[in-house]
Amino acid sequence: MTRPEIRVQDLHKSFGDNHVLRGIDLEIGQGEVVCVIGPSGSGKSTLLRCVNLLEEPTWGQVFVGGTELTDPDVDIDAVRRRIGMVFQQFNLFPHLSVTENLTLPQRRVLKRDKETAARIAAENLARVGLAEKADAYPSSLSGGQQQRVAIARALAMGPEVMLFDEPTSALDPELVGDVLAVMRMLATEGMTMMVVTHEMTFAREVADRVVFMDGGLIVEDGSPDQVIGDPQHERTRHFLSRLLDPAMAQVEEETSDQVGRGQP
Amino acid sequence: MADTDTRIQPRKSGLTLRQKRRLSRGAQYALFVAAVIAFAVTADWGRLQNQFAQPGIAQRLFPAIITVALKNTVLYTLSGFVVGLVLGMVIALMRLSSVGPYRWLAGVYIEIFRGLPALLIFIFVGTGVPLAFPSVQYPGGIYGKVAVALGLVSAAYMAETIRAGIQAVPRGQMEAARSLGFSPARAMVSIILPQAFRIILPPLTNELVLLFKDSSLVLFLGVTLEQRELSKFGNDLASTTANSTPILVAGLCYLLITIPLSLVVRRMESKAQREIR
Repeated sequence: MTRPEIRVQDLHKSFGDNHVLRGIDLEIGQGEVVCVIGPSGSGKSTLLRCVNLLEEPTWGQVFVGGTELTDPDVDIDAVRRRIGMVFQQFNLFPHLSVTENLTLPQRRVLKRDKETAARIAAENLARVGLAEKADAYPSSLSGGQQQRVAIARALAMGPEVMLFDEPTSALDPELVGDVLAVMRMLATEGMTMMVVTHEMTFAREVADRVVFMDGGLIVEDGSPDQVIGDPQHERTRHFLSRLLDPAMAQVEEETSDQVGRGQP
Repeated sequence: MADTDTRIQPRKSGLTLRQKRRLSRGAQYALFVAAVIAFAVTADWGRLQNQFAQPGIAQRLFPAIITVALKNTVLYTLSGFVVGLVLGMVIALMRLSSVGPYRWLAGVYIEIFRGLPALLIFIFVGTGVPLAFPSVQYPGGIYGKVAVALGLVSAAYMAETIRAGIQAVPRGQMEAARSLGFSPARAMVSIILPQAFRIILPPLTNELVLLFKDSSLVLFLGVTLEQRELSKFGNDLASTTANSTPILVAGLCYLLITIPLSLVVRRMESKAQREIR
């Protein structure tokens, strides 16, 4: 690991009385791919959203590329240009065509001229395999195509880090593969990635590290073979067994007192 | 047990439910037909035509009713709409501001101007303000006055419409824009407002229809012959001719504008419905 690209220190986040993050320490090196897994309500999405300050941490520090985001004087808009974010619900701009989705942020935020923005948009659409959809509108695309456009939109800004918030959770199962293929491509190109996901196969094959979270804490952190293949903690084993074979789960009392901010 | 049985089971005697429904519907039709007949018989058709539809008087209204009255109605309405839209936008953004006093001020404005009759505001703008502040000059004379009065009235309604439109845009849109590095203001202008206006186009057009009718209140501002709009024009000519035909023609001129607008709104609404799916 070279210098850490993302560094999270003693991060706490509460929504009212709900203490969602209870002291997270995490470092992600340059070019590293880290998958964050855990049961719903464990705080993994909140952690990811704290990394680009979509959620304001209650306590603790977040550094990206050496800049402290939690510093009140930091130009958060400038820092966010270096951090790409991909959402579960895609969040494409529905009133803009696919190409405009990619060019408008470049022109308005990065002040690129028309030609440069259009060229970079075309390049990135080609990267995600959707060059022929350049003039389509988001509503005419499948979920998988929309998510790939969303990835291309983030890439067009030239980010140093990419955050993925359950990028395949809203997709029909047969569309998941295309999105994961694009993410795999990014990983091999050396992009620093933090991925909140339930895709264990992806985590196992692509991630350099897997972080298991539960109850607002990091329970286990290690290589995919360690965390997924040979989990040390009972909670990790329990979670994985339910995830890998949901049909075998038994009805049981709620063990966690955590009330998660339920994902839609 | 016995209770529920008798309620669900068809009654042995009297009418069945189906017969009752048919009877009730028949009665409604019969009432309608009776009312139409009663009106046709009692109305004095010759007198009605004489009072409301004299071709000779109708002819004399043209072309002034179009070139002066309708033109002025459209001008008053549009200028009021533009002022109302700009002011309404500012108030809507104030209502959503993170600065408490702005939210409070916008709320007070909306409550006051939605609660007052439009007529009162016209009198206030037309008479009250010039008396209280003699140095105040409305740009464009009467047109400026009307634009301000109609703008003040409609801004309150439009502010609430625009606020609802902004809030109807999913949260994720602002989050996506912010995560791409948009500042809050730029995200609002480039991403949120274009979507909000698509959502509120039908209610805004409805507001335009309402303004068309409210423009008749210009009557109370004191206008010259050349500044008359449809209602004043119709009223004046009805007095001079001692006949109601000008009123009817002026009314038709309003409908000429408002009915097509309403149809446009309905089409936009059904299109929006289809897009949401």
